[in-house]
Amino acid sequence: MDPSSTIELVCPAGGLPALKAAVDNGANCVYAGFKDDTNARNFTGLNFDDAGLKEGVRYAHDHGVKVLIALNTYPQTESWSRWTAAVDRAAGYGVDAIILADPGLMAYAQRAHPNLRLHLSVQGSATNYEAINFYRERFGIQRAVLPRVLSLAQVEQVIANTPVEIEVFGFGGLCVMVEGRCALSAYVTGTSPNCNGACSPGKAVRWEQTPQGMETRLSGILIDRFADGERTGYPTICKGRFEVDEETYYAIEEPASLNTLELLPELVRMGIRAIKIEGRQRSPAYVAQVTKIWREAIDTCLSDPAHFAPKAAWMAELNKVSEGQSYTLGAYNRPWK
Amino acid sequence: MKLSLGPLQYYWPRQQTLDFYESVAAMPVDIVYLGETVCSRRHELRLDDYLDVANRLADAGKEAVLSTLTLIESESDLKALRRMVDNDKFAVEANEMGAVRLLAEKKVPFVAGPTLNIFNAETLGLLAGLGATRWIMPPEASRDLLVGMRPANIATEVFAYGRVPLAYSARCFTARRFNLQKDTCEFKCIDFPDGMTISTREGQEFLSLNGIQTQSAKVYNLLADLPDLAAAGVEILRISPQSTGTADVLAAFRARIDGNTATLTGDSCNGFWHGRPGLEMIGKAA
Repeated sequence: MDPSSTIELVCPAGGLPALKAAVDNGANCVYAGFKDDTNARNFTGLNFDDAGLKEGVRYAHDHGVKVLIALNTYPQTESWSRWTAAVDRAAGYGVDAIILADPGLMAYAQRAHPNLRLHLSVQGSATNYEAINFYRERFGIQRAVLPRVLSLAQVEQVIANTPVEIEVFGFGGLCVMVEGRCALSAYVTGTSPNCNGACSPGKAVRWEQTPQGMETRLSGILIDRFADGERTGYPTICKGRFEVDEETYYAIEEPASLNTLELLPELVRMGIRAIKIEGRQRSPAYVAQVTKIWREAIDTCLSDPAHFAPKAAWMAELNKVSEGQSYTLGAYNRPWK
Repeated sequence: MKLSLGPLQYYWPRQQTLDFYESVAAMPVDIVYLGETVCSRRHELRLDDYLDVANRLADAGKEAVLSTLTLIESESDLKALRRMVDNDKFAVEANEMGAVRLLAEKKVPFVAGPTLNIFNAETLGLLAGLGATRWIMPPEASRDLLVGMRPANIATEVFAYGRVPLAYSARCFTARRFNLQKDTCEFKCIDFPDGMTISTREGQEFLSLNGIQTQSAKVYNLLADLPDLAAAGVEILRISPQSTGTADVLAAFRARIDGNTATLTGDSCNGFWHGRPGLEMIGKAA
């Protein structure tokens, strides 16, 4: 068996150049979305129109790479038909699977396209095997992407109790909140990941140089203030600095990227079927770089898992593209909890 | 229109919690949700204690419902969930899909909780088909969303008063405040009976940290929106318990429902119901 088929590398494609970069650098799957709020990376300038997707599917399939389409926001009744149309479009282009969060939409997809493979999105917030098995029994999902909140032992427990393939996040930006269970952006801006596919949208952001330093605001709320020379960050609410009893600190999360490279042998041993790289909003150069390193790491690990150790050069390169230029093992590592 | 008391979101000492529910028996509330929904490490009351409370409230004429955790991660969480589902007396509010699976399998009627992300008629109909007899709108959902869904054969409940539960994490922010890890948190949240308020760097009160849960610092208050809620078909209003004043809040809502006047003071918001950012206050607070 081709070793790379035992654990798939799933890479982000925010557009055609990123898709090609992922394919050229060793992705087994690319995931993408349409140019609207039917997916959870609904950002200006990102994602695929019909012509782009057609070309992307052709390019990926010519190179033996699968295409997964994320339709992982929650449709509302008045816009329901737009989501079902997106399911139909994806099916029409011959994609290999669609990634869904909404049960109603899963039921539709199963009815309308019984042969189309369904993946449960991380936005579905399924953190245990009972939940995952629910989606399998009711809608026939074949893979579930786990929220970035479980420890390794908990991930293993899930795998032991479900026939559904398990995909985990391996690298990239880190939501500290359970995906699908966060309305912070909705509270401040009215735009939510669940319903609009975006968090802390650009239109609500203001950067302002003041005598106290660079201030970042979201709908007028001060999210952070940076001293001269301090590395600034995008005003995502959970990554801001706030005050409690006169102490100012990252009250929710320090900006850092998830990097699980050193856990690879464990993930392989447990039977993880796919590792996802976050970052559809990142550049094709990022996608190329991260895909290349992860491809090499997975191949190295599969050939000799007992002696696998992340190469210093890989870690250095990955750190360079990390948010906050530091990384964390996230919840996989128990001390994080 | 009925009033419900949502699950206690905070961690209060055992006696304070028992005393609170003792007093609830005399409050003007129809439905009481009981159980730990935020953190599986909190054990001042266990299922048997909640069942005792439920029985007492039932004797006082209240409808008691048991609420599941929102984030079920470990085998012991699942064990606790199965025990709750198998209680054979009280209905259960499912706050995640694993609970829905077990309740549907058992073929017992259940309540579809606010974190199930029900945003459209198809998903709502599906859950009703599995046995949901009542659903709680996600806090971020609006009046227009509800009206568009035209729920049939299922009762609609709306979060109407309290700090809005906005987000859940695997990480504990109260423990983080004290440089503790979640697994060895020393149960610091027991010292914050209404959560720990965080402010922006210019002193604006912003959010309230309650263990792994993040809430709004402002109190959500739909008292002034009552006629609109009724017109939209809402049948139950959920009041979230606070360490003080819960009886007054229930009394105010009860008075308004009965056509009398009542007001509630304080820095409040109601944006979500109006399809606006949640922190906004549309119209005049009441």
